[in-house]
Order: sequence, then structure tokens, then C-alpha cells
Amino acid sequence: MSIPNPGRIEPVLWDDWHPVAELAALRHGRRLDTGLLGRPLTVTLRADGAIDACSGPHALPHLDTRYGFVWACLGAPVRDIVKFAAADEPDRIPVTGGSMAVAASGLRAVENFLDLGHLGYVHQGYLGEEPHTDIKPYTVGPREGGGIRATGCRVYQPRPSPADTSGYEVDYIYEVHRPYIVVLYKANPVDRTRMDLIALLLQPVSEESCVAHSFMSYPPHDVNEKSVRGFQQLIFGQDRPILENQLPKRLPLDAKAEISVRADSSSAHYRRWLSQLGVRFGAIPQAPA
Amino acid sequence: MIRLYDHELSGNCYKVRLLLSLLGEQYERVPVDLHPIRENRTAWFLALNPHGQVPVLDDSGFVLCESNAILVYLASRPGVPDQWYPRNDVQALGRTARWLEFATRLSGIISAARNHDLMQEQADIGALRSKARSLLRVLDEHLWFTEQAGRGWLAGEAPGVADVACFPWVMLSGEGGIDRLPWPAIARWTDRVKRLPGFVPMSGVFPASPGL
Repeated sequence: MSIPNPGRIEPVLWDDWHPVAELAALRHGRRLDTGLLGRPLTVTLRADGAIDACSGPHALPHLDTRYGFVWACLGAPVRDIVKFAAADEPDRIPVTGGSMAVAASGLRAVENFLDLGHLGYVHQGYLGEEPHTDIKPYTVGPREGGGIRATGCRVYQPRPSPADTSGYEVDYIYEVHRPYIVVLYKANPVDRTRMDLIALLLQPVSEESCVAHSFMSYPPHDVNEKSVRGFQQLIFGQDRPILENQLPKRLPLDAKAEISVRADSSSAHYRRWLSQLGVRFGAIPQAPA
Repeated sequence: MIRLYDHELSGNCYKVRLLLSLLGEQYERVPVDLHPIRENRTAWFLALNPHGQVPVLDDSGFVLCESNAILVYLASRPGVPDQWYPRNDVQALGRTARWLEFATRLSGIISAARNHDLMQEQADIGALRSKARSLLRVLDEHLWFTEQAGRGWLAGEAPGVADVACFPWVMLSGEGGIDRLPWPAIARWTDRVKRLPGFVPMSGVFPASPGL
């Protein structure tokens, strides 16, 4: 039995998997009332460990777990849940970051995550600082397997991670895998030949609200799960009021709707890619030519 | 040595961090993993505070819970200027107690609204926001009259624990969907707090812009 789709939400989202609950939160709360793509959703952890999810009277047929989250598909899944190859390296330590709801489109949250320009201001003292606010040129292109990829990003960061107390210039690679899923690879502070993985997984609750789930995967150097989670919540707690004050709350896809500069290249690519995919939920689509 | 059992996003922990910083105190932060792990419900933490809440202060073995109690304790220690807890001015002391009570009311309502908006907790959000607005109106009026009387602080001539107790929850009201724009005297007061020497922000609360 599939879930009714009266809003005719585009298959690229309706038939895909989305994160809907952090397993650790369910373990401590057992029941979560949330939403997905405009539908109400209740997720329950049963005493025997099984997970149930329903939207009104309809039980969800497609439910799975990965990376410490419950994932759901409301339609007929056309592909698997997103996979990050680096996270499969056996010595890596996975951490989930504590999910937080945001009164803004999840597409805005992806764009904010991609934005190098805000680091020196919103995350001053951690992920950037004045006067090191210039954005050096970086490269954006299509990602193999779909999405977009930004490479060659370099940012001076006074405190790039909970393991660092001194600043240095950090290498970043961004990958957008799905419209609501973005990942950042960042040189590990101890072993700079390996990359920390920080994924932001947005649950599109409504067009103008989302839940931000985060998944991190670190090489096993001095990683303290509690400090990683605390750092992630501190950083996202700085982003949240900024995101909630962006207007319009949905992401405009028209290139002329908002003024962008060279440093916003990944945002421009992201918006164009969303347009090509036909993503409308959470967006203000381009006006027909 | 002062040790604070703490969480970055907790408004009540921020109260204590703010006062410690305004007083120029060195202290050790011990993070408690509240979300989603609920370390505050584990046996070791409940032994520290049976209510299972942060903050908890440990001052060389003297353990105290409840954020307003911690503020009063910290501000009453020998060597701390009288202004922070004005124990020699009965009217200022009375007003301090009054605004500490107000801070408790405000934090109960704003934290419930914020947990609804941030953590997807169930709540009658309309009722919470309406109650919060009633409280903010009272605060704004009070601050307007204190400004007219040539003061700028909640309880006395100088900033005190009453200001420190109310400030976090006023600033976090936006995270519960409560707009602060209608309250100009509150905006001036929060700016004054942000410009105090030793002021520290928290995640979601930004410092005043420099140079004004």
C-alpha cells in the first residue's frame, strides 16, 4: 500500500529515501511525531527493537536504517539509501550529531552548508575569523554518480574541529549527492592524508521546514564522541537563527532571484542542478521562459 | 577550582557561563551529552543532581544545582562586588528576587516553545507563545520605566544576577518562534548586556557589532 500523494510531489523526491529519525533519540524517547514531504509521520521504536512508521492511517511500506538513522520512502523506491564510500573504511568511528528542526526549507540548509562565505562571520572563532574572510577560487562540477562536487576549497580556520586548538588553512571538498543530502570532506587534523566526513541529511518536513540530521565519520584519532557531537551542535546552533531569518523561506532557483558573487559558485551550480532535476518541493521554481 | 556541568545549547547553563565570565572567573567546563543521548538521566549524573538537569556547579567539592541558586551563590562570595547580588540594599535585593522568579517563569515557557520548535516536542505552541509575549510585555514596560528613572538594569543601579538570569531566555525567545521586535526597551537592555566587559555569547546568541 503506498501513501497518497495528493500534492503530486515530484518523483525525484517522493520515490527517494529520506532520514526521518535519529535512532539514539528514538531509543531514549520511543516515539517521534514528525513529518515528511508535507505528510504527518509518526515513528515508533517497539519494545522488541522493531521500528514502525505511519502517516495517518497508512503504515509506511519502505523503512530502513543506515548511519544511525531511520530512513523512509513514501513512494516506490527507485534507488538505494545514500551511501558514502569513505564511511565504509573499517577503522572509522561513526557519530550522529543530534537532530534539530529548522523553520526553513531544507534546500536553504544545504545551500548554507555549501557556503564558504559565512564561515568567518557566523562561525567566527571556530570555522573562520576576520580578517581571513576572502574566498579563494575553487572548482565546481558534476559529481560522478549524480549531484555536484566542489573541490580546491581552502579556508583559514582558527578551530576547525574539537581536536584542534590552533588554526590553519583547511582543505574542503563538498559533494551534493541528492537534493537534500550534502557531505563535506575535510582534512583530518591529526592525519592530514585522510578526510573527516561530515554529512548534513535534511528531512524535508514541509516546503518551509526541515529537520537537520548530521552524520560524521572520523579516522580513529583522539575522537571523543561527546565532544564531536557537542561541537556539531554548537556550529549548527549558530547556523539555525541565520537560516530561519532568510526570506523567502523556500530556495529561489531563478539565477536572477538573488544576487550572487564568484564565491557563491557552488550555490549557483546547486540551484541549476535542482532546476534540471525538476525539484519543486522547498524551492521557488524558475519562471518559464 | 570551579567546575561546571554544562551543555552549550542550554539557556540555564549559559546564565552561569555568562556570570562566570562577567566576574572574570576561570572554570572548567564538563560537557553533559544531553541530545540525543540523555547523559543527564544516567546514574552518575543523577547522583550529582537528582533532578537530572544541567547546570550543576562544583566549587571545590561544594555541589549546587538550579541555575538561579548558582548565580546567587557565585555573586555572594567574598570579594565579588556587591552590585551582582545587592545584599545590603533591601529594595534592590527584593527586586532581584522578583526578577529571578520572573526568569524562572520565562525559562519554563520559552524552553517549552524552543523544545517544540527545535526538538519536535509536542506542545500547545500558540498558548506558549502568547504567554511568552505577556511576560515580555511586562519586562519591556519595567525596563522602560527604569530607563526613565535613569537606570538601565532590572533590579538596581548596576547590572546584577537578575539581568544575567533573564538575558539568555529573552535572547532564546526567537528559537521558540517569539518575535522580539515589538519590545524596544528590551532591545536596548539586551544591547547593554552585550556591551558589558566580559560578555560571552552562546551558540545562537551573537555578540553586539563592534565599534558603536
